[in-house]
Amino acid sequence: MSDWLERLRAGDRATLARAITAVENETPEARAVLKAIFPHLGKALVVGITGPPGAGKSTLINAYIETLRARGQTVGVVAVDPSSPITGGAILGDRIRMGGHSGDPGVFVRSLASRGHLGGLSRTAAHVIDVMDASGRDVVIVETVGAGQSEVEVAEIAPTKVVVAAPGLGDDIQAIKAGILEIADIFVVNKADLPLADRTAGQLLDMLRLKDHGEWRIPVLKTVALKNEGIEALADAIAQHAKLAETSRPAPRARAAKLIAAQAADLARRSIQALEEKVIDDYCDQVLSGALELEEAAQRALAKAIARS
Amino acid sequence: MTTDLRPPKVLMTKIGLDGHDRGGRVVATYLRDAGMEVVFTGPWKSIPEVIATAQEEDVDVIGISSLASDHLLVPKLMAALRENGLDHVGVVVGGIVPDRDERDLLAVGVARVFHPGASLDEIVPFVDRLAKNVRQRRQGL
Ligand SMILES: Nc1nc2c(ncn2[C@@H]2O[C@H](COP(=O)(O)OP(=O)(O)OP(=O)(O)O)[C@@H](O)[C@H]2O)c(=O)[nH]1
Ligand SMILES: [Mg+2]
Repeated sequence: MSDWLERLRAGDRATLARAITAVENETPEARAVLKAIFPHLGKALVVGITGPPGAGKSTLINAYIETLRARGQTVGVVAVDPSSPITGGAILGDRIRMGGHSGDPGVFVRSLASRGHLGGLSRTAAHVIDVMDASGRDVVIVETVGAGQSEVEVAEIAPTKVVVAAPGLGDDIQAIKAGILEIADIFVVNKADLPLADRTAGQLLDMLRLKDHGEWRIPVLKTVALKNEGIEALADAIAQHAKLAETSRPAPRARAAKLIAAQAADLARRSIQALEEKVIDDYCDQVLSGALELEEAAQRALAKAIARS
Repeated sequence: MTTDLRPPKVLMTKIGLDGHDRGGRVVATYLRDAGMEVVFTGPWKSIPEVIATAQEEDVDVIGISSLASDHLLVPKLMAALRENGLDHVGVVVGGIVPDRDERDLLAVGVARVFHPGASLDEIVPFVDRLAKNVRQRRQGL
């Protein structure tokens, strides 16, 4: 085990790939991996990049990586694509736009399928990020499609969140307003080479005017990811925000507390589900007849499950 | 949870100079519909790029689609896989491959060559089984 950890810490790519597989798939080794890496967490800058399909997230990441490499930093990317809810399969296509860096040992890209289980994305992705962090990557970038639940889950993992919009898609701004406005630390209007980019940026600025800001004023940046334009300013904004986020939250301890709570919830759910049907049926009857409050039933079921285990 | 529950992971890619990746795209979609996770890279990949991608993604199977004479690069790919500790990865080739070349590919460890017109009912279960075999032989860190 320590052998393995040494190789990971030394930046060995094969070991990194295998360790990610372990935590991604919750293999028998996953628990040992997580335990071993925990003392080595919290060094990487973790940035989430989200936004509607086709906004240019992967292209933007490709350009951002180039800037980071020029600044001497190593990079890990976790690119999440949705799984089909019906078949469970997925096409993981973000690499198509990130081809500029394969062969550079300072860049490690891993594609993940969201696999659709409740809360699963945040947990698995969080652990994959942790493994990259422990392996010594300076910056870890997480790409998720901003449609539905995933971006809110990722908000919990990445202290710095970039929301990418593209011009001319008025509906997208509406969608962003609904879900992602709350989580954005930085807005990017990508495809600024297209007409209407200024209008989109203006809309975002209008929206932001209604929002209170504390220490951090959310910037709206314009980029042309295809031509590497505006990327330096984006990299600077991310670095600045990350610095602020670092001082404003006690990262490792808060993370540990969250993970313990999440694991406990999992454990509780599984042990209650493991109770015999008769026991559960009994609680159901009492709840349905109004004899027992839901919370009371949950507490009793939990107490019984814990007593059994 | 056991290892076997996770879907097979397949890298669909194209080496060499030919840019027609429509066939690869179609197969990728079918593999997805069969419940697999398919990393898609698009065409014009160099062998070192394929190696790096296969390693980073920790795939079970690599599918190479070849229209022109790109399959002639596959023996080089097989050697590179071995050199990089990736000899466990299953490799299948799809496309126009003459019989003599097919024998050569099988001799260097390609699991199967699919010719134009091969049915998806043939390809999908083969890749699925290949992935599961690879997975079984390879557990732990
Ligand atoms: N005109 C223009 N097109 C761009 C720019 N950046 C990206 N694109 C194009 O936008 C399309 C989508 O780019 P991606 O990077 O795949 O977008 P994405 O947000 O990662 O897409 P998903 O991962 O599918 O949600 C591609 O055809 C890109 O070439 C840009 O700055 N200007
Ligand atoms: Mg993308």
